[in-house]
Amino acid sequence: MFHWLEQRPFFFAVMLFLTVAFAGFIEIIPDFAKASQPTVGTKPHTVLELAGRQVYIKDSCNACHSQLIRPFKSETDRYGMYSLSGEYAYDRPFLWGSKRTGPDLHRVGNYRTTEWHENHMMSPSDVVPGSIMPKYPHMFKNTADVATAYANANTQKQVFGVPYDKEGMPKLGSWEDAKAQALEDAKKVAADMKNQSVKDAVANGQVPEIVALIAYLNSLK
Amino acid sequence: MQSNAQLEYDYSVVKLFTFATILFGIIGMLVGVIIAFQLAFPELSNLAGEYGTFGRLRPLHTNGVAFGFTLSGIFATWYYVGQRTLKMSLKESKFLMTVAKLHFWLYFITILLAVVTLIMGYTTSKEYAELEWPLDLLIVVWWVLWGVAMFGMIGMRRERAIYVSVWYYMSSFLAVAMLFLFNNMEVPTMFWANGAPSSAMHSISMYAGTNDALVQWWYGHNAVAFVFTTPIIGMIYYFLPKESGQNVFSYKLSVLAFWGLMFVYLWAGGHHLIYSTVPDWMQTMGSAMSIVLILPSWGSAINMLLTMKGEWGQLQTSPLIKFMIMASTFYMLSTIEGPIQAIKSVNAIAHFTDWIPGHVHDGTLGWVGFMIMASLFHMAPRMFKKEIYSKSLMETQFWIQTVGIVLYFTSMWIAGITQGMMWRAYDEYGSLLYSFIDTVTVLHPYYTLRGIGGLFYLTGFLIFAYNMFKTATSGRVLDKEPANASPMAS
Repeated sequence: MFHWLEQRPFFFAVMLFLTVAFAGFIEIIPDFAKASQPTVGTKPHTVLELAGRQVYIKDSCNACHSQLIRPFKSETDRYGMYSLSGEYAYDRPFLWGSKRTGPDLHRVGNYRTTEWHENHMMSPSDVVPGSIMPKYPHMFKNTADVATAYANANTQKQVFGVPYDKEGMPKLGSWEDAKAQALEDAKKVAADMKNQSVKDAVANGQVPEIVALIAYLNSLK
Repeated sequence: MQSNAQLEYDYSVVKLFTFATILFGIIGMLVGVIIAFQLAFPELSNLAGEYGTFGRLRPLHTNGVAFGFTLSGIFATWYYVGQRTLKMSLKESKFLMTVAKLHFWLYFITILLAVVTLIMGYTTSKEYAELEWPLDLLIVVWWVLWGVAMFGMIGMRRERAIYVSVWYYMSSFLAVAMLFLFNNMEVPTMFWANGAPSSAMHSISMYAGTNDALVQWWYGHNAVAFVFTTPIIGMIYYFLPKESGQNVFSYKLSVLAFWGLMFVYLWAGGHHLIYSTVPDWMQTMGSAMSIVLILPSWGSAINMLLTMKGEWGQLQTSPLIKFMIMASTFYMLSTIEGPIQAIKSVNAIAHFTDWIPGHVHDGTLGWVGFMIMASLFHMAPRMFKKEIYSKSLMETQFWIQTVGIVLYFTSMWIAGITQGMMWRAYDEYGSLLYSFIDTVTVLHPYYTLRGIGGLFYLTGFLIFAYNMFKTATSGRVLDKEPANASPMAS
């Protein structure tokens, strides 16, 4: 059979494709419906948090930080309750990471504060001596892309049926509504910060990246 | 029908891709060395503002070496091996020649754009699929062009049976097409911006959470399979017998190893998700199939080693044979190490640690890098019609790089296991023994060693680039094509 196939590239390619693809059919398709159910209490991110999540992705925080607590005592002692599938139901993309150069962040909102993040992002080794994390002063100057975060949330709502604007869920509304809400949320974060230029920017209706990022990190619980 | 002797192969596209291999190799490996030293000396992360941090540069390194260096090497060798084993010349078809050239230029532009966009922070975050949707569309175009060239060339062949190498290149084309398409299913958010001035360079994944992770590692693992493994096996099946003048040891073994690899490889993707929230049976399946994977992997490697039966003396006389045998050996090391890491209890310690990049690099530096460089060295006298410039430089390069690889993976073994054990250590009262930062600072010497290992490898690569350049420009002109052993000046 193999000799026969090797002289007929078309059938060879078809056989080859079926052989390679087989595992995918078996593994991926059946699980799709089941794994995407949100856990009770899981909510989609607000626009400000999504803007922060985009900053997290832009600077590839996930290259060094996982968001996946494995069911071991040593992990639950260090990071909190092990991760559940349903908690990720609204994560597009997922941010589990594959390397822990720094600690896991899946529940970082439970044990770090706005103030801690502010100091830490400006100069990690001043807060944690020996830290090898880069400094992120540019996050205090760059403006977060709230407009894209809104488009992100609205795509989730329109295309994937994520329950924004439902009862008890984050509000989205029009771009103007969302922008105002994001600024409102940003003010709450900035109130706990001490960097004057960040406070000024927020007072002037702008959202620096650091504010959005902290809002996102605080939401990880 | 033309006889073989008269068939004149066309190397214009091969040369273009060879150039790209060297260029992207230098860029990708240089970035790799930089980020390696950033982990040892974090001040290096802040030299270029937001554009020089580890996070921005890491995708540049992985994409640069995987899709810049390795893919170029795959394409260069494909257009060489394809023409020769199929017994056709690109010269015979204007259409295929145009397709091949277009393939090169679109590919080249994509990689340049990838460098720019990744530094700017446009990334989807999914490993080895970081490029944003406009670039993904571009990739689809030149991937299809490669397929057209491949099947066009196969259609024009004079040799009825297609050779093992071509099977492997075909598998690479088909599998990556499938994997890439499914994993990069993404929705550009600009179409639902509802009037907000949003960015065009943003998309979100079609899949959420656990599903996204499942598809990502089904892709991520198998991108490794069909970029770093199968086409490289295709190379060694052609270049080792050719360079050594030996017949492939066993046809049966090559059939068994090929179809075995094709069937088993995709199952193993689940080993990236052990103890995660994907269903248990998939994790177990990934773990078990990873062990099974040793068989077809070692099948190919042993077939290659046995090809040298009775001719081991060549190892002393030819640095090129040395590169290929070392590559095959590293392939064996890497394909036994991977399954070990996939065993659940080992994975509990190894996952998330530096042992993983250590494993990746004994495969990529030792197997992929060595095999691509050896292939280009073998091709050089044939495509430039010149003698290889320097054998002694090749020897030097071989040893510098081998030492570099050994430094790399040994330091990462120690680092990974140290960290994995420290994370789970408890004191006598049942409290965690180490805070996280303790498990970071302890790694400093290993990170430094790893950086030095990388620097060695990069140095070797620069020697390779110089040797290739001198071969093309000032090697002694050959009056006829060498049959087997590549001629090299001392």
